Amino acid sequence: MIDVNRQGEVWVFAEQHDGRLEDTPIELMSKARSLADILGVKLAAAALGNGVSKLAKKLIQYGADKVYVVEHPLLASYQTNSYARVMYDLIHKYEPQIVLYGATVTGRDLAPRIASAAKAGLTADCTDLQIGDHESAKDKQLHKNLLFQIRPAFGGNIIATIINYNRWPQMATVREGVMRMPEPDVNRKGKIIEEKAELSEDELPLEILAEHKRPRKVDLKAARIIVAGGAGVGSKENFKLIWDLANCLGAAPAASRAAVDLGFIDHDHQVGQTGTTVRPNLYVAVGISGAIQHQAGMSQSRKIVAINSDTDAPIFQIAHYKIVGDLNVVVPKMIKAVREKSVKEERAEVTK
Amino acid sequence: MPYNCIVLIKQVPDTKRITGQAMNDDGTVNRGALPAIFNPEDLNALEVALQIKEQFGGTITAITMGPPAAAAVLRDSLYRGADDAVLITDVRCAASDTLATSYILKCAVQKTGDFDIVLCGRQAIDGDTAQVGPQLAEKLGVPQITYLEELAELDGDSITARRNIGTGWQQVRTKLPVLLTVTGEANEPRVAAAKKMMKYKNAWAPVEIEQQVRAENPEVDEATIKELVERKCSILKEKGLLIKQWDLDFVEADLTWCGRGGSPTKVHRIQSVVLAAKESKNVEPSENGITEMIGELIEDKTIA
Repeated sequence: MIDVNRQGEVWVFAEQHDGRLEDTPIELMSKARSLADILGVKLAAAALGNGVSKLAKKLIQYGADKVYVVEHPLLASYQTNSYARVMYDLIHKYEPQIVLYGATVTGRDLAPRIASAAKAGLTADCTDLQIGDHESAKDKQLHKNLLFQIRPAFGGNIIATIINYNRWPQMATVREGVMRMPEPDVNRKGKIIEEKAELSEDELPLEILAEHKRPRKVDLKAARIIVAGGAGVGSKENFKLIWDLANCLGAAPAASRAAVDLGFIDHDHQVGQTGTTVRPNLYVAVGISGAIQHQAGMSQSRKIVAINSDTDAPIFQIAHYKIVGDLNVVVPKMIKAVREKSVKEERAEVTK
Repeated sequence: MPYNCIVLIKQVPDTKRITGQAMNDDGTVNRGALPAIFNPEDLNALEVALQIKEQFGGTITAITMGPPAAAAVLRDSLYRGADDAVLITDVRCAASDTLATSYILKCAVQKTGDFDIVLCGRQAIDGDTAQVGPQLAEKLGVPQITYLEELAELDGDSITARRNIGTGWQQVRTKLPVLLTVTGEANEPRVAAAKKMMKYKNAWAPVEIEQQVRAENPEVDEATIKELVERKCSILKEKGLLIKQWDLDFVEADLTWCGRGGSPTKVHRIQSVVLAAKESKNVEPSENGITEMIGELIEDKTIA
């Protein structure tokens, strides 16, 4: 653990595999940038690996003031022990006040190992981060400018704000897809700091025998429009309605957990607490009641259209457009309306 | 060769069954109103241990940290085939975060003696943090295989397993001792065996015996209660039905690292989830209503 260090930087762990930067550290950059600006400190990224120097420029374009680069042949593949040890050493050398990791499998494997070694705090799966003050209930001491680590708990039924005022760095893993991807600024300048690591084979206790990457069939996070179906759609056959509406809107088809569990569609399409978190321009929820676990994955959508026959469905509480009715009637009408509208628009374009 | 397995389990509120009544007005969880269950992925961890024992022999010790009522999940482990059960219960454990919890569990695991494999569920459904496993592995100084989907091979002191890496899977090998965190995909946990249930339904931890004695003898003095508890416990022990109960002194934990004081993370605020759209409108499920809505969405460039 390190002492409270108000001059400490804000850090993002730049998760990469095979020299390719993951999306999550990039998503984290915009939030981390604003935290660093509020605190008046530098934003840095830590890139560990073999052949990762080339990522430094990209991290700077996405908002980093500094990039700590650790190149080592033994860091070529991610391993818990070696990565944890190198991060631990970096943290104790530079004493950042905040260290953020993506809540990916790798982030959730690595961050607790570092936190345990450093005897520092760690909050899992945050969905938001803010800077704020905390008055300790016991001694009424005021702790200013702490990292508010905000996360759902109890299966998404409550939102907890967690703080750590004395055993720094303040560390958190952050859910994939909940932070907005920043736009790169190709003219941004930053500093690249090369760090040396001493590593031995003993620190790689695992032998990686084989690895299989399953290509994602659908990229929900990148979709501008999502049409999602729930248990209310009724059957796999009827789920064709979802695909049809998605097709005519140029949208990605998605589903609630219930629809996935019923076998209407593949798990890759699942939105929610145990699926993907999305924030599209438009989210059309068809026959989805909108349990809190589902809302956790889509409530940040800019516009939400909900179609449900049950007036009391919780999805209506967060919908901008509420359509109470039979989806088998409403969806075909929507498809028709979209087709007619776009035809009219095209004609208007031509006459102009 | 036989393997000594330690399975760490947790009793959790069934978060999938939270209803309105289960939340207090201030948004905190009314734990009393929630059914307490065996954390689902801990059952998968126990199942992996049971399969190891069936194939290679050895012992299985189930350990839980929690209030006296958590002894229920230990009994459940005995019904399914665990050999030994340990309840870590101590008021000084209260408000432990994942770091303090992993420290206390480390002390308990070391107290049980030599081990080959420590197994945990990937995560518990109340906190969903998945942190205690890796933190415990670090404190024990052993490698970790997290997100285990399949135990492929055990051969001497070498273990091969397949783990989920989010975008696919990875097959890894390492040397024992090791800590595994097991996912729900790893197996289908067996149900309790009727014979074992008959045997262990009368297995109790001393703290439960004390509760029973007090309830049955409301009028007697403390000294008599103590004597009655001791007598009952020694009978249970003879029958092999006494669940071990350890406190922080027994596991030789340094109190600096336990409970609220040992926890770097603190709760600043708890809010119940209330999501609401800033502006919303009802749309008639008619052709006109829908066409008008689509028009608006095209107008404001939501639909390109």
